[in-house]
Amino acid sequence: MSWLTEYVRPRIRTLLGQREVPENLWSQCPACQQMIFAKELEKNLKVCPHCAHHMRATAIERLGWTFDDGAYTRIELPKVPVDPLAFRDSKRYVDRLREARTKTGMEDALIVAHGTIDGHRAVVGAMEFDFIGGSMGAAVGEGLVAAARLAVLQEAPLILYTASAGARMQEGAVSLMQMPRSVIATMLLKEARLPLLIVLTDPTTGGVTASFAMLGDIHIAEPGALIGFAGARVIEQTVRETLPEGFQRAEYLHEHGIVDMIVARTDMRDMLSRLMALLRPPAEAITGEPAPAEPEDAAAA
Amino acid sequence: MRHFLDFEKPIAELEGKIEELRRMSEPGGINITDEIGKLTEKADKQLRATYARLTPWQKTLVARHPDRPKALDYIRHLITDYTPLAGDRAFAEDAAIVGGLGRFRGRSVVVLGTEKGADTETRIRHNFGSAKPEGYRKARRLIELAGQFRLPLLTFVDTSGAFPGIDAEARGQAEAIARSIEACLSAPVPIVATIIGEGGSGGAIALATGNRVLMLEHAIYSVISPEGCASILWRDSAQAALAAEALKLTAADLKHLRLVDEIIAEPLGGAHRDPGPAVHAVGTAVENQLLPLLGLEPEALRVQRRDKFLAMGREGVA
Ligand SMILES: [Zn+2]
Repeated sequence: MSWLTEYVRPRIRTLLGQREVPENLWSQCPACQQMIFAKELEKNLKVCPHCAHHMRATAIERLGWTFDDGAYTRIELPKVPVDPLAFRDSKRYVDRLREARTKTGMEDALIVAHGTIDGHRAVVGAMEFDFIGGSMGAAVGEGLVAAARLAVLQEAPLILYTASAGARMQEGAVSLMQMPRSVIATMLLKEARLPLLIVLTDPTTGGVTASFAMLGDIHIAEPGALIGFAGARVIEQTVRETLPEGFQRAEYLHEHGIVDMIVARTDMRDMLSRLMALLRPPAEAITGEPAPAEPEDAAAA
Repeated sequence: MRHFLDFEKPIAELEGKIEELRRMSEPGGINITDEIGKLTEKADKQLRATYARLTPWQKTLVARHPDRPKALDYIRHLITDYTPLAGDRAFAEDAAIVGGLGRFRGRSVVVLGTEKGADTETRIRHNFGSAKPEGYRKARRLIELAGQFRLPLLTFVDTSGAFPGIDAEARGQAEAIARSIEACLSAPVPIVATIIGEGGSGGAIALATGNRVLMLEHAIYSVISPEGCASILWRDSAQAALAAEALKLTAADLKHLRLVDEIIAEPLGGAHRDPGPAVHAVGTAVENQLLPLLGLEPEALRVQRRDKFLAMGREGVA
């Protein structure tokens, strides 16, 4: 971070005396520009203690913050055909994939795990924006279906943290087909009467919002998260208007009735736990009769 | 006045010459029937050669051809007693998505399409085929209507994509598209979707999650427009031809990837040259795909549709 070396470092040095300070001990908040001690930032789940700005988080961090004691079991995602289009732009897609894997330590832009949250069994999927923009190709689509199947098998709620620029262009129409495939994943939960909680994080746009991410039973957004269908630049070019203040931010979506609530990251676990408890009362609280079965054909009822 | 694409210019020139000769050979003129015959043959050969090896970018231009039959052309010619229905019952009527009740080959159906419009006035009325949330909510309403009355659903898809606008975002464009896909997947009736021109991304799949998906020979179906892809990956929208190549968006590509079921052949020189036979061919193909589905139970139709989409991209492509 050049800014740190050029400007801040001398000040930190003064603060801490002449001791050499490794750069990674401090981070700068991109919103309020204040310096935050790394340990403090980590403890605060990457939320700025000065201005409450939610910094982007990795999928692995989200799993750690969500499950009890940060403990969970990852499931291996089903294998899908790699590079169905033999795509290349300035780079070959297979090379982009390899780089993304090295950079993130993930197989693709989704990670799925199960464990407990406040004692409630849950399956959690988290998308990784650093993996080719969190884009949804066959691996993500297949992973979402696998996550839904696991949740049904475990009779557990499914929580999905979204972070995606949309479709995986390098998989062309195969990527487009992940929209209906991910919708099927949501239907598996619905048919089993299991909660699907969507946590929209910064940023979530394109084909991901226009499919599973908008079909949760409950939509939670992190403060300030960018959430929308079309990109801001495309909209500006199309309508030739200045976008309103706060356009496509979590608060704007809440105001427009698209998300149920905005929850600070530090309160997320408590909210997820509460929602799971309210939606899935403990077995003894149920009167004993099974939930009435869905009529064979809901449309004709 | 026929609209010629750039790569059709040599054909246009030949046809211009033929036209000229015809005028000259009119009563009182010189007889040059032989010359006309030769030129016609040449033009025909040229047309055949050009259309036999259209590049993906040329196909994109054909798919967007202003004279290409639009959704309403298919509806007008294939659907009798067409009774348009309007509105999402919540906010507005969106003419980018057209649809209603009618009869297809004697059978009562619900029909839906994205309509681009054919001239300036209708293009504006139909917002160039780019629907807003109310359009997708109307689509969902009609899909559910089809289910309620056990009517097969036929869709005709031709859109550059869902409308990117401030109001569209404010009213939940993403949710409206997602619900339309969900409605397709839940429908207890046969759905036969045909990509007739441009199958543009989420705005197209919202109406194309069918038991059968057909595609016209020169239609395209893509996750992003070649221009959009080029501006992101090549940082230059002028590289659209390269992007069109890379995206594998032609009917043959989609069939090879096992994402569509059937390619409907177009008349020589594309559907815009000879709309009548093109519309007729679509009618025949849709009927052939629809008939075997009519015997299936509601649940079997849902399962077939779900399994079909779950299988996509899961199997290796040879
Ligand atoms: Zn801050």
